[in-house]
Amino acid sequence: MASAASQSTAPLASDETVPEAVVVRFAGDSGDGMQLTGGQFTLSTALAGNDLATFPDFPAEIRAPQGTLFGVSAFQINFGSSDITTAGDAPDILIAMNPAALKTNVTDLKAGGLIIADSGEFNDRNLAKAKYESNPLQDGSLARWQLLSFDISALTLESVKPFGLGNKEALRCKNMWTLGLALWLFDRSREPIVDWLKAKFAKAPELADANIAALNAGHAYGETAELAVPVKQLHLPPAPAPEGLYRTVTGAEAISLGLVAGAQLAGLPMFFGGYPITPASAILHHLSRLKEFGVTTFQAEDEIAAIASAIGASYAGSLGVTSSSGPGIALKGEAMGLAIMTELPLIIVNSQRGGPSTGLPTKTEQSDLYQAVYGRNGDAPMPVLAARSPADAFDVAIEAVRIAIEYMTPVMLLTDGYIANAAEPWHVPDMSTYAPFKAKFLETIPEGGLKPFARNEKLARPWIKPGTPDLMHRIGGIEKEVNTGHINYEPANHQAMTELRRDKVLGVARGIRQGVEIGEETGKLAVVGWGSTFGPIHQAVRRARRKGHDVAHIHIRHIWPLPENLGDLLKGYDQILVPEMNTGQLKTVLRDQYLVDARPLNKISGQPFRIAEIEAAIEGMLA
Amino acid sequence: MNDMTTLTKPRVETVLKDWETDQEVRWCPGCGDYAILKAVQRTLPMLGADPKNTVFVSGIGCSSRFPYYVESYGFHTIHGRAPAVATGVKLANPELDVWIVTGDGDGLSIGGNHTMHILRRNLDCQILLFNNEIYGLTKGQYSPTSRAGTRSPSSPAGSVDHPAKPAAFALGSGARFIARAYDVAKQLSDVLIAAYNHKGAAFVEIFQNCIVYNKDVFADFTEKKNADDGQLWVENGKPMLFGKGTKGIALDREALALKVVDVTDGDWQAAGVIIHDVTNRSVAHMLVEMPFGSFPMALGVLYDDPASSFEEAVVEQNARLAAGKTPDLQKLVSQGQTWIVSAGPATDAAEAGSAGSGPEL
Ligand SMILES: Cc1ncc(C[n+]2csc(CCOP(=O)(O)OP(=O)(O)O)c2C)c(N)n1
Ligand code: SF4
Ligand SMILES: [Mg+2]
Repeated sequence: MASAASQSTAPLASDETVPEAVVVRFAGDSGDGMQLTGGQFTLSTALAGNDLATFPDFPAEIRAPQGTLFGVSAFQINFGSSDITTAGDAPDILIAMNPAALKTNVTDLKAGGLIIADSGEFNDRNLAKAKYESNPLQDGSLARWQLLSFDISALTLESVKPFGLGNKEALRCKNMWTLGLALWLFDRSREPIVDWLKAKFAKAPELADANIAALNAGHAYGETAELAVPVKQLHLPPAPAPEGLYRTVTGAEAISLGLVAGAQLAGLPMFFGGYPITPASAILHHLSRLKEFGVTTFQAEDEIAAIASAIGASYAGSLGVTSSSGPGIALKGEAMGLAIMTELPLIIVNSQRGGPSTGLPTKTEQSDLYQAVYGRNGDAPMPVLAARSPADAFDVAIEAVRIAIEYMTPVMLLTDGYIANAAEPWHVPDMSTYAPFKAKFLETIPEGGLKPFARNEKLARPWIKPGTPDLMHRIGGIEKEVNTGHINYEPANHQAMTELRRDKVLGVARGIRQGVEIGEETGKLAVVGWGSTFGPIHQAVRRARRKGHDVAHIHIRHIWPLPENLGDLLKGYDQILVPEMNTGQLKTVLRDQYLVDARPLNKISGQPFRIAEIEAAIEGMLA
Repeated sequence: MNDMTTLTKPRVETVLKDWETDQEVRWCPGCGDYAILKAVQRTLPMLGADPKNTVFVSGIGCSSRFPYYVESYGFHTIHGRAPAVATGVKLANPELDVWIVTGDGDGLSIGGNHTMHILRRNLDCQILLFNNEIYGLTKGQYSPTSRAGTRSPSSPAGSVDHPAKPAAFALGSGARFIARAYDVAKQLSDVLIAAYNHKGAAFVEIFQNCIVYNKDVFADFTEKKNADDGQLWVENGKPMLFGKGTKGIALDREALALKVVDVTDGDWQAAGVIIHDVTNRSVAHMLVEMPFGSFPMALGVLYDDPASSFEEAVVEQNARLAAGKTPDLQKLVSQGQTWIVSAGPATDAAEAGSAGSGPEL
């Protein structure tokens, strides 16, 4: 049970003062329930008033063979008493439920960080599966870190003995034992978890009792056992936050809620066509439970049918929405063109993942920006928005709906696997502060006769739904005559219509002003980001500024068209750095649009940026 | 079979001219599509259909130009996807009469998947598949229904593909209504009426003469001189007779297959001729598989046995799930694992009595 302890320079050693933030990573076999454990630890953290950010990282295989390196599932949380915007660079604490989890994660651990390992799983078989030649818990190879290892499996079995579970079921309670220990470590109340377990296992009270017993046993172990490493309890004071009601929210939840809110603000029923794909499915799942908001969800036979049905629904007067990830978005391309050509409102949510092809389905990437802005046949302009964080996704979804309806256009909303899955605290918005943007339908023949492609001041055409008397007309993908919408192949007409479609979309930028997140509106260096790189860029710029560097952070929500002042803003800096989780897509767009010397910083590993990586790039440019 | 639809929908009085648009029809002179268009425009008034509630949705192909010529709502979409667009239209507004116009390439090649699924789900709509056994619009390549050996620009030595049988495909996909007719058949109107009156997806295969790229491929049964022996018009409750009543279709009990029998002096009972029962799925299977040549072409309503329709089920389930719930946006965003930040330490919102209890801010 005991283990080799190393010199304790860790932030968690008993002689240290309380740190401002701590990063904990739970890692185990995909069957060990690490995501659940992390989720509950997150709730407890939120209730403790700490700010937090999480990073769930799980394998692509549903039931990867037990004990294997590729079957490791991890959940990282960064929490503390100050503003937290990333899931943290390197963990302070690694909880490793088996040798494979240790092997795949330990190199990320901070020097001097704490390893908590279940020695009961470090048997020959599991060591071999993790390709360890000797037992790392015993061979001194972990000397750079502090090590606490004890037989969590045996301790769990012992604690749930009274409930008469089978061995397999009893061992399933391991994650709750571990959670109990983690709760002790951070001086947290067990009550909310106990309530949650009771509700979760309402139909199987013996399982609820066993899990609660394991939770309590883990907690008691921390309190009473003579731990080999002098670990003391840590109580991180709450982070300052505006008063009010908070909840945790993932990006997928926030987008679903934002779409519903958008449809309500527009006074429209919503039709959602989707086809399952990771990491986009969660939106389909969420929306299928919100029927009372006039939401119809349709699981189509493929992504093409999903978008085509959404276009049909928009045509008939609903807010059509479809959602997918890279491969599915590729399939929707032709239909997006149809929505552009027929000028119907439509929302396309792209939860980006690693590509191309199937790529890295459960990992994150921002590599669909070109696809979003340029990826269709013909001159096919479409507004594109990007969410920066789970909570931000709510407002971005509402903005997407507003643009779609006001401009009669499809809009693409970019999010990614990281935002979709990660949870963060969300100050619950006051819905009465959102101004409605009621959709209007043409219902009578206007003066001068029916012209389905006549335009208003925003260049938007009227929305006319079937069922309206006297306004029967035909639309389609063939080029249409200006105003009347009749089929027209004349050269001058196509030129005029192409320009109208372009100008309409460019007009979306009117009144969209790009601000600066931190720093001044001119200076030596602007770090320009979009999407989920917000957190690490924000922290890196903050750190660099603390060191006295003249650097600003600009984060773009309106990817296309770009905000009307962005070009002038960028020209106020000597240098521009664009960190992206792709090979430099926004960088290319910025260079093209403004002829500025934007420099790329690229990471395409399927993992979010570390703060330190961006910080180093900033210092490199200012050196 | 089931004419509840026509009974419950208010009849609107129209005439053929009300369904004509001012657009110039652009099919080749002599194309079978003209006759189908006229038949549809003639039938809509008989149905009491309302132009404002009628939507024609099509894919891409010569056939798919159809909506431009019907004075109703119309959506000419993209190649093969009309069933999917139509599904969204109908789910968004189940009151609309939705007609899908597609071709053998549009509906069975690029869009075969959607055709299968709309039939399986049984969306209430009429699907008119214009089968000319060729890709007309792209200038005459062989299609999934072209007979083996079809010479075309892309198969100069003759196609080697086994063709698909649209009606058999539809039945296999779960269709509850299958009918067949040809462009200039006078019975086409009756078939369209039956399709309209069927609640659910009604699949109608219409043999259409592409006079430019596949001229007269159906002449073996459509030409006047071949009609008597080549056409078997089935009618519910009537014996399956053809050849002016001199021949009929009977069941070969040993082979469990259909056979052609001679009928003398009109005594079809003696010959064992089958009485058509449109609800008999087994007979429908045999009719759609009946090989033309040794058998006549089975035309008319081959199968009509309604089942609950997709949009009805969706509407019903949505209503059930929404029943008793008020769409309170503030409450919705306030759900989940909540807590309150106040000047003091955070409290579990559930304990503070506020979880999901509406606006707290
Ligand atoms: C995505 C796509 N692929 C190919 C085409 C070219 N195309 C247009 S119509 C057609 C075939 C139409 O055949 P069918 O459905 O039988 O219609 P018909 O013209 O014979 O009435 C093809 C291949 C297209 N418009 N779109
Ligand atoms: S090509 Fe054939 S199907 Fe197309 S319009 Fe001409 S005749 Fe009709
Ligand atoms: Mg054809």
